[in-house]
Amino acid sequence: MSEKTGSKKVSISKLFVYLLLVIAAFLSIFPLYWMFVMATNHNSVINSVPPAFIPGSELVTNFTNVINTIDFFGAIWNSLIVSVVTTIGVLFLCSLAGFAFAKFEFKGKNFLFVAILVTMMIPPQLGLIPQYFIITQLDWLNDLKAIIVPGLIDAFGIFWMRQYISSNVPDELVDAAKIDGCTNFRVYWNIAVPVIIPAFATLAIIKFMYIWNDFLWPLVVLREESSFTIQVALRGLIDNYVRDNGMILSGTFWATVPLIIIFLLLNRLFIQSLTEGAVKS
Amino acid sequence: MAQTETTLTTKKKSSLSEKTKEAISAYIYISPFFILFGIFGLFPILFSFYLGFQKWNGLGEMEYVGLQNFEWILTDQIFWTSLSNTLIMWVLGTIPQLIIGIILAYALNSALIKMKSLFRVAIFMPYVTSTVAVAIVFGIMFNNQDFGLFNVILGWLGFDPVSWGTSWWGVKIAISTMVFWRWVGYNTIIYLAGLQAIPNELYEAAQIDGATIRQKIQYITIPMLRPIIILTVFTSTIGALQLFTEPLIYIGRSFREEGITVVLYLYREAFTNLSFGPASAAAIILFIIIIIISSINVFIANRIGR
Repeated sequence: MSEKTGSKKVSISKLFVYLLLVIAAFLSIFPLYWMFVMATNHNSVINSVPPAFIPGSELVTNFTNVINTIDFFGAIWNSLIVSVVTTIGVLFLCSLAGFAFAKFEFKGKNFLFVAILVTMMIPPQLGLIPQYFIITQLDWLNDLKAIIVPGLIDAFGIFWMRQYISSNVPDELVDAAKIDGCTNFRVYWNIAVPVIIPAFATLAIIKFMYIWNDFLWPLVVLREESSFTIQVALRGLIDNYVRDNGMILSGTFWATVPLIIIFLLLNRLFIQSLTEGAVKS
Repeated sequence: MAQTETTLTTKKKSSLSEKTKEAISAYIYISPFFILFGIFGLFPILFSFYLGFQKWNGLGEMEYVGLQNFEWILTDQIFWTSLSNTLIMWVLGTIPQLIIGIILAYALNSALIKMKSLFRVAIFMPYVTSTVAVAIVFGIMFNNQDFGLFNVILGWLGFDPVSWGTSWWGVKIAISTMVFWRWVGYNTIIYLAGLQAIPNELYEAAQIDGATIRQKIQYITIPMLRPIIILTVFTSTIGALQLFTEPLIYIGRSFREEGITVVLYLYREAFTNLSFGPASAAAIILFIIIIIISSINVFIANRIGR
């Protein structure tokens, strides 16, 4: 008797948990679906009550309007260059610095490492205005270098690499390579790098997403359309006097799709990387 | 015999120079960070503190004006509006996000659930969407007109449409919703990681002692999750105080008072009004506010749950 009520209780709470998760999943996905619906409908359908909830036939028209309004592919290309170059640079510089902190002895090591950690706590807006003038002085305004070079500063990346190298690259291996006459850089390149590929993947995802989605800094230093990243370019869509929501959401949708696809393909790695990074720091 | 001696000495010699070599390599390996940080991090920060006491339009001569910029900011009613807006949206966006994040994580962690990874992917998806895209989509959903999605939903429920984009609470609710939607799944997954780290024996022991679900949550889950809760409160607070993209996209170039935030105010002073002195003063004030609020966070975190 009591067993029966027990199992009933379980199934009710199970139902409740499922309901909760289904609602949460629906609310998480709906805006993305809705973006697609709007991207395929004419503005007049969007601006009617009730609005469209199923995809329409204006997919091509809306996207053609996007291309006529902003340099969509140019902006995607700029975003890609900036994100890829910065990410590769960060992987190299952070792993090299992390390797030095993990495996080498030198004066001021602890102090310098703590100094790097402290820089993580400074809000980026504090230096925003002088940074803008430095970029102006370097004549890097409207130049992708303005995003890439400052983007190479990554205190978290150094911290992350140091932790990973300390616990995954055995000291004996490093010492053995040195006795064999390897230069310090060879030790890094031949011994450490192959072992830390998983750490590279994590850091790459974090960094790529950050640069791809960044808005404030590109907005400040990229003023000419030819240099816009996709996030800055998207803003051009809503700045028009005539608000064509079908076009706006078409641009937004197609700018979002590439990252969503990469995410779906690598979802396990993505989720693990992005949250692990936060928890470990 | 003599031969071994010489190999010993050469080994000693080379190991000594090896140490110096190692140090030199290390300094070279870590130098890019410090050089770049010096140019694009440290120098700008110090210069901000300098600029806060100057009058400068970006082109002409700088002029030392003492505390005038700070005075100007602190007597500017819009600055205080931007500060209170930021704090209101911090509360509106952060607290529901963390509470619902914990609830969802608890649901996802329940042993009864199948298709966990599917739910995880769905709930995490908003985080992959860029802030600009989120702000554009929700901006259109929170349209003032009757056809805006949220007004349509209000209509179904029998309420009058709301002028989201132009009313005091409407703007804040819209922007907080954007923040909430993008971050709740992210925090859920972080809490989930925390929940999975709690040893099952604790729950089993409590089960044997006849604890209810509520007691288990109160006496096992929450205390064990405490470091992660503190972490998420900390990061979401700092993020909320730097709110910029969502309000800029949503309220546009008008910098409407209903939705202006501190960073938006700073941006407007600097890059629209070209008042770089007051803008730097605002940046310094923001920095001080972040320090104060973070310290309060740390203080409360240390107090609670002892």
